[in-house]
Order: sequence, then C-alpha cells, then structure tokens
Amino acid sequence: MTDTTSPTVVHGPVHTGVPALEAKHLTKHFTLHASSFSRSSRVVHAVDDISIALPEATVTAVVGESGSGKSTLARLLTGLITPTAGELLLDGAPVPKGEKARRKYTSSVHLVLQDPFSSLNSVHTVRYHLERPLKLHTKLRRDALEQRIKELLERVALSPAELYIDKYPHELSGGQRQRVAIARGLAVGPRVLLADEPVSMLDVSIRLGVLNLLDELRESERLATMYVTHDIASARYLADTIVVMYAGQVVESGPATQITDSPAHPYTQLLLSAAPDPDRAVPPVLRGRGAPPSLIAPPSGCRFHPRCPFAMAICKQEQPPPLPAGQDQYAACWLHSTDRTPQDKTPLDTGAAAGPAVAAA
Amino acid sequence: MTTTSSSLPLAGPPTRGQRREPVLQVRDLCVDYGVGPGSVRAVSGATFDLGRGEVLGIAGESGSGKSTLAYALVRLLRAPGVITNGEVLFHSRPNTGSTLAANVPAADGPVDLLGADAAELRAYRWSEISVVFQSAMHALNPVARIDHQLTDALKQHRRGMNAADRRERAVELLRMVGINADRLRSYPHELSGGMRQRVMIAMALALEPQIVIMDEPTTALDVVTQREILEELMLLRERLGFALIFITHDLSLLLEFADSIAIMYAGRIVERAGGDELLRSPRHPYSLGLLKSFPGLHGERIRMVGIPGSPPSLKDLPSGCKFHVRCPYAMDRCAQDEPILLRPFGETGSRTVACLLHDGLQPPPEQLAAITPVASTTGAKTTEAAEAARPTTPDNEPTGSAR
Repeated sequence: MTDTTSPTVVHGPVHTGVPALEAKHLTKHFTLHASSFSRSSRVVHAVDDISIALPEATVTAVVGESGSGKSTLARLLTGLITPTAGELLLDGAPVPKGEKARRKYTSSVHLVLQDPFSSLNSVHTVRYHLERPLKLHTKLRRDALEQRIKELLERVALSPAELYIDKYPHELSGGQRQRVAIARGLAVGPRVLLADEPVSMLDVSIRLGVLNLLDELRESERLATMYVTHDIASARYLADTIVVMYAGQVVESGPATQITDSPAHPYTQLLLSAAPDPDRAVPPVLRGRGAPPSLIAPPSGCRFHPRCPFAMAICKQEQPPPLPAGQDQYAACWLHSTDRTPQDKTPLDTGAAAGPAVAAA
Repeated sequence: MTTTSSSLPLAGPPTRGQRREPVLQVRDLCVDYGVGPGSVRAVSGATFDLGRGEVLGIAGESGSGKSTLAYALVRLLRAPGVITNGEVLFHSRPNTGSTLAANVPAADGPVDLLGADAAELRAYRWSEISVVFQSAMHALNPVARIDHQLTDALKQHRRGMNAADRRERAVELLRMVGINADRLRSYPHELSGGMRQRVMIAMALALEPQIVIMDEPTTALDVVTQREILEELMLLRERLGFALIFITHDLSLLLEFADSIAIMYAGRIVERAGGDELLRSPRHPYSLGLLKSFPGLHGERIRMVGIPGSPPSLKDLPSGCKFHVRCPYAMDRCAQDEPILLRPFGETGSRTVACLLHDGLQPPPEQLAAITPVASTTGAKTTEAAEAARPTTPDNEPTGSAR
C-alpha cells in the first residue's frame, strides 16, 4: 500500500506485438457491508494491482492457494465483475462501455468453469448448449448451424459428433462434459480462453486428455489461454509462463520450467516443497508454515512476510516491487533487491518465528 | 471363525522392513448398492491384510469403490449399500497397556466385524477403529463447540472419566494436532479448513484406536496445509502406533508416505505393492497409466497421454478384465477371463497384481517388467521420514527460523 508507483512489470509470456488481452493495474476490492456484527463497512482486497498480458497462442498459468484471488482475476478478465481500478485492453484497444461492446467482448473472451457438472444445464442436450452461443453471436441457421456444432464437437475430440450431439449432460462422463464446456467456449471463435481449474473436478486418468486438448487449441486456434490452477505440476506441464499469486497479488512470474526449477520467491519455494512429488527422496521441510492472511486487513509491506523464513525489516514496511530474478523472471521480494541498506536487510525474527498465521499488528 | 484364514493367495503385508502381524484381515468382501436385478456391485472380492501400524493407501478414481470399501469395513454404509459377502477379521491388541483402552470386551482371536451385533460394533467403533471423513466442514456439528464434540466419544466409551479428566484429555488431543487449548470453546465455523480437519483427526484419535480410516482427509485443503497435516499424522502414527487406511485419488501423494498401496479399479483391487515398488516397477497396466497421468515437477517436459477412454459405469461393466477396454496391452484372453489378485509370475516379494499378463504364459511387456527395487533401502524410510519432517530449526540458512 505504501508504494503504488512501482515500475510496471506486465506479467505473462514473452511476446512481440500486441497481446490478445491485457490487463493494466487491475484491482478489485469487494465491500463488506456493515451488519449487526460490525458497524463499519470493510473491504476485501481480492485482487491488487495486477498487470498481465495474454498473447495469442500461449498458455499462462495462474497458480495460487484458495483465496489468493486467482479466480477473481479470471472473472475480472471476462468482464463479469467490474474492476475497482485498472483497465482491460482487447487487442490493444480499451474495452468500451455499453451493451453492444459488452456482447462483442464476451464473444472474444470466454470462461470455462471448474465444475462441468453444474456449468452445463442438465435439462438440455449438448446440441442446445452449443446452439445458444452460435444463435446469439452469429447468423448461422439450420444446416449451417448443425454443421458448425458437429465441427465443434470434432474439434474437442468428441467424435463421431452424431454420437454426442443429442446426449444430455448426465449421459456424459466428467471429461466429456468438460469438453462440451470447452466446445461451447470455442463456438463463437474467441481470442481468449480463461480456464478456471478446468481439470480439478475430473478423474486423474482423464485430466491429461483435457490438458492436452488445451495444448492443441493453443496452436490450432491461436488461443490466448489463461489456465487457473492450484496444481503447480500441471501448470508446469501445460503453460509457457507461470504467474504465482498470493493474497491478491502476483509474487512471481516467469517461464514455466524456470519457475519450478529455480523459484525465486520464498512463497513459490514453499508451494513447490509442499506439492506432492514421488521422486523426492526425503520428505520436504516446509519453510513458511501457516495460512494466507486475511484479505480484509492484509499485512503491511510484503503480504507474505509474517510467514516468510527470510523476512527482513524492510519487508514489514514496504511492499516489494517486481524485481528481476532471472531471464524474464520477476519476483516481488526484497531479497532480490540490490540497492538496499543493511538496516533494511536485518532479519525480522518476530513474524516467521511466531508460528502459523500471525498477522502483523 | 478363527481358522478360516485359508491358504488363499493373499495380499500380504508390505515388504518395508519385516512382516507385520495383521490387525485387520479382509477376505473376499463384496458390496452391492441395491438388491435384485437393478443392483450394482461397488466392491468385488476385496482381499487384503492390514498390518499393525501400517499405512495402507487406497488409490482409485471416483466410482472405483475405495470409499465404499472403507465404510464397509466398519459397516457405515448408507442405505442402498449392502455387504453381500466376505469377512472382516479384527485382531484385538495383544495387551492393553493404555488405561484409555479398557472398554472393549476381551476376545480370544479375531472378531468378524461383519458378524458382530450392534453392541459389539458399538464397542469397536471409534475405540478400536475410527474414521475421519472427507469433509470436516460437514462432519463436525456446526452448533456444538469443539470441546463438546471432542469429549462426546469419551463420555460414551470411557465411563470412568469425569468431566475434568475429559477436558484434560480434550486439551491434550488438541495439543497433539497442533491447536492451542484456547480453541476449545470455538465453534467449527470459527476455525480454518485445516484446523477443522485437525480437530477431526484429534477426535478420531481420542480413544487411541488401532486403526484409523481416512477418506480423502486432505483433498479440500491447500497444498501447504495438506503437507503440514500429513507430517503431523505421520508423527502421531510413530508415537501411537495406529494403522492407517488412507483413501485418496492422488496417487502421487500416497507414493510419498504410504507403506503399501492398493490400487482399485471398478470395484476391484488390481494391484497391491509397496510404495517404492509401485513407483519404480508397476505391474498392472492401470497402475502404470495412473503413474503416467501425473505431470512431474522436474526434468524435461514431455507430452503425456494418460489413460485412454474413461472409467466404466458399474452398471455396465465389460466382461473379463474390467480394464481391458482401456488397456494398451490387452490380449484376446482379457475379454473373457477375469484375473484374480496373484503374485506376479517369477517374483518373490509380497506384491500382488490382478493381470493376466503376469500369469507366466507370456513374457510381460517391458514397461510392466521393471525390476523391483531392493526393499532394504526403504525399510527405514518411515522413521527417517518422520525425523526429517519434524520441523526443526534449520542450521544451514542465513536468516530467520522456520518455526
């Protein structure tokens, strides 16, 4: 909060030209209204000052724990919720206000939800689900419409399409349902696909099928994909770039394998050490126990400092800007700052030593 | 009843270290949902031993029958679930050292839990076998305080304890799972998800049971919390010596800490092996497929394929081996003959697999014939693991302390 004029680092894959979708200084604060329990209205800092670019034909993974703001970020990018501050640029142009512009925007940016069991309407067939967006956004009718629906099903590897087109969601497996949801997203020929935990509800053996589909669509449709997940291993598998979020902010971003092989931010290191890894010879030592802070009153300075094993004096006072930590890699952590005085860097021994989830006063 | 443990080719205890004496023996357990022509068989012929103090992981996809199996062991199945066959033999502890474990009727030899009457069952549940359910949010009573819920079981099973004893025990239990005693008067909604799960674990351990069954205990939690709870669980197991049945769909997690793992598919146990054995040398094509479905955190990024197709519906199972329609190594025989859980041909260990490829009539495919790792290196893993996982002050870091 102390320093909002930090140099802008736009997270996301390296690209030339104009990205398909860009968000600048995106912020979302949800207001908690006063109730009989608390007089004053308070604010949840769900997303704070995030700049992210999604170039076409790339996959950007947003990784974080629950409550880190990753789903809010995805919903902000769809335009489903209005940001408190910041702006969205579609192909470099600001998104104008108004109903017509909004419709145009929704045909370009599509969200695939986590739960294919509830995101499809159980009283309608696959045909209906794919027909709706086509009727609303295109002029295709009758045979052409039918043709297009079948083509969409084939594209998400539900073939032969005749077999699936008249089925109801309950007749499909989880993976097939998620494919229908993706096909529905592709129906209007979007530029951007936002996938919010698209595989976490699916069975292990079919997850890879959906991830591989997203991978193929990146090339074949030139989609700018944002893959929101809590599973850093799958992010590494699919994504070009990983963006790590903590308590509503981006703490680290960079090329996917680079992030997992040499994480620069202590939080990323913590996430990686906690992730299941059968190849690990000895159990990991978690450095930074506890839980994420309350987003109503986030800690001062770096939001990770109460848990951080390396916390220094400055971490409590000043929010770290994204600092270069490798080739195309940025970490919002004072450890990577070179121009700080020794006093700033004196170890802060209260926070991290105090055990789980102690918010700073 | 004591002599029924026949010479069946049983899934023996794991190879980590020495053979453990069994605390639970499951024989040919079958569970149906519904009766008559419309019924489906959710668990079919499950046979395994659980050693004293062993951590058995049961992994499988949704609908594979892993939860049904666990609930059938303690007869907690909901209405349409019916146990149609089998035996669950529980071996009482040899000598009751603890004052807490005084309420259970002394039995000579094992007790068949499936034949036990209501009173017997009541005595064994919780005090000898306890269950931690998947969703701590829903398993805790939202309108009762934590201390009340913790002492409830003590009140029922330990008539000798007075209120002060029970409270003392509740404090001790909370401390054991790393929760401060001032949380005793909290309601469940005042606790975080991880804390709620810890309370559930504390409740399950209240009577020092010999077996704890955990159904996806960490699935709803974040990875860091999940890791913390697993560490605590392993330390508690070291200390209290209970056996653990850990049910999850996350095989990669199990591989890290389970002594042995049973893989389930379509209601059947298709492979039972030690954790390292399974990771380095899977024998069943489904196990191999599962292992190849988890992207790694290291090395080259390679395209993985997972397992083609999707899990079968229990209403419409294929003939023969239930996996043959998705199996890349399927032979003609697989569509007709259903394999049973056997020791793979030519192996000496205690692992078992239900696959015709390993019956010795043909050499198994190369991918399924990796050499079993030597067990000696893994024998001490659990103890070392617990030591290493114990949060200590790091001595190799320049700043701060981990805890």
